[in-house]
Amino acid sequence: MLQRIRFLPFLPVYVAIYFLFLYLPILLLPVLSFNDAATTTFPLAGFTTKWYASLWGNSVLLQAARNSLIVGVCVSLLSTILGICAARAITRYRFRGQRAAGGLIMAPLFLPEIIVAVSLLMIALQFGLQLSLVTVILGQVVFCIPYSMSVLVSGFEGFDRSLEEASYDLGETAFGTFRRVTLPVVAPAIVSSLLVTFTISLDEFILAFFLSGTEPTLPVYIWGQLRFAAKLPGVLALGSLMILASVVLLTVAEVLRRRAERRTQAALAH
Amino acid sequence: MSTAAIVSAPEKPAPAKGIRWLHGEEARGLAMISPTLLYALALLLLPVLLVIAYSFWTQNYLDIDRTFTFENYRLALTEPIYRDLFVRSLWISLLTAAITVGFSYPIAWYISFHGGPHKNLWLFLVTIPCWTSYLLRVMSWKVILGYGGVLNTGLMATGIIEQPITSLLYNANAVVITLVHSWAAFAILPIYVSLQKIDRSLIEAARDLGDGAVRSFLRVTLPLSMPGVISAFLIVMIPTVGDYVTPKLVGGKDGVMIATAIQAQFGKSANWPLGAALSVTTMVLVSLAAAAVVLALRFAVRRIR
Repeated sequence: MLQRIRFLPFLPVYVAIYFLFLYLPILLLPVLSFNDAATTTFPLAGFTTKWYASLWGNSVLLQAARNSLIVGVCVSLLSTILGICAARAITRYRFRGQRAAGGLIMAPLFLPEIIVAVSLLMIALQFGLQLSLVTVILGQVVFCIPYSMSVLVSGFEGFDRSLEEASYDLGETAFGTFRRVTLPVVAPAIVSSLLVTFTISLDEFILAFFLSGTEPTLPVYIWGQLRFAAKLPGVLALGSLMILASVVLLTVAEVLRRRAERRTQAALAH
Repeated sequence: MSTAAIVSAPEKPAPAKGIRWLHGEEARGLAMISPTLLYALALLLLPVLLVIAYSFWTQNYLDIDRTFTFENYRLALTEPIYRDLFVRSLWISLLTAAITVGFSYPIAWYISFHGGPHKNLWLFLVTIPCWTSYLLRVMSWKVILGYGGVLNTGLMATGIIEQPITSLLYNANAVVITLVHSWAAFAILPIYVSLQKIDRSLIEAARDLGDGAVRSFLRVTLPLSMPGVISAFLIVMIPTVGDYVTPKLVGGKDGVMIATAIQAQFGKSANWPLGAALSVTTMVLVSLAAAAVVLALRFAVRRIR
């Protein structure tokens, strides 16, 4: 304690400035979205909710929101199912080529997104696939599996194998064991993965930009609006809603993930 | 009979090694991972291989000429415009990674050593901004740094400046600021993990043996957290080199990066083979640069010790 005061009186200040830097951009959008002016200047002009009201009548925007929702639900389901397979294989079994397989699946984390996007665009057009929401879904799943996997692996890791063995010994089938023993323990991690991948899909831009063809998702719609200065307040309002949605989804995911962690730790302690 | 059975048991032909691993543990593991693996092979590895193949072909109007050629790579490496874009992209990604890691290290250190019982909450708070829409955050920086933006008008309203500062937006600095903000959590997490793994008694031992706080940090904590620093560097540097949104929105003319050129080959100018060659060259160059950085960091740490 004494050393901390002597050597690092500036560190808490630094931490505070750093957090200000982190949060300034995402707190600013909601503040400006209630500003009663078409420009983004300080001091603020006054309070209004008219930018939010203007969103409702916009049918192109609502269509984009619907597209985003469809893509998000499909992507989160698909990538979580594939993530469950991979996370289970990696935490439960040992087999040759495990590291290589895991490395390939996690590779999108370490690749520039534009290269993933370009390669998917080429393969889609090569095989004569029409660009649509389907191609966006297929592409975003590649990108979301690594995140789904890292959430699920940490949820599966503490899982006690003897619970499953006991279930087999008591005559339960493989499927029955999974449904009645494994699933309840890992369910929070799975829900957390669903929420995280849904959020990523909702916010993802590059893949959607390259692969969506004539069916824009919300970020692609926003990108199109950014060219027009007059559209900025509406975009700010829409952006604030999207940030709010992300924060809520992620908070729920985090609470569930931690509950899962506590539960597996408790299971280990017994 | 029973003895005969026991004696003869080892003589039963053992299944060949290559076949045996198809049963039991290994087989079940492989079966379990195969859906995900096949998906990654079909929609990640195969597309990347296609890009590599295309980079050696050429385009004749609408047809693809599949004779092997290095022409695209010659263009990518010798055309001044692409050379400049490569140099700038690499420089920006290197600078971004260095600044992000440098500024994030103290935060990771603070959370790991002084985070108290709420370390998870700290980490969650750090990651929240990085999970919100990337496009929206870049847009927000544009609003902050612009000529009539928040920073300029705010400073003018408080009387600190009289004329708007024009050098904030549409240059490489704006790109670096925005990227550092975007990747902060990706740098903090790996560094934090490696700091958590350090046995605290090693640091105490260094202190007991007479090292001051700074020396024990440089000789014990920093070297032991190097794996985290290196992975933070890579996870920031490699993806940022191909960033498309940030240079496009806040980079202006002086902040254009290679992704814009790659995108152009798949859009209006439509020269897939050249776009493929630019993509592959980007990956090769950034991998080489990353390898050089890793070696340099390892060397530097060895020198300090």
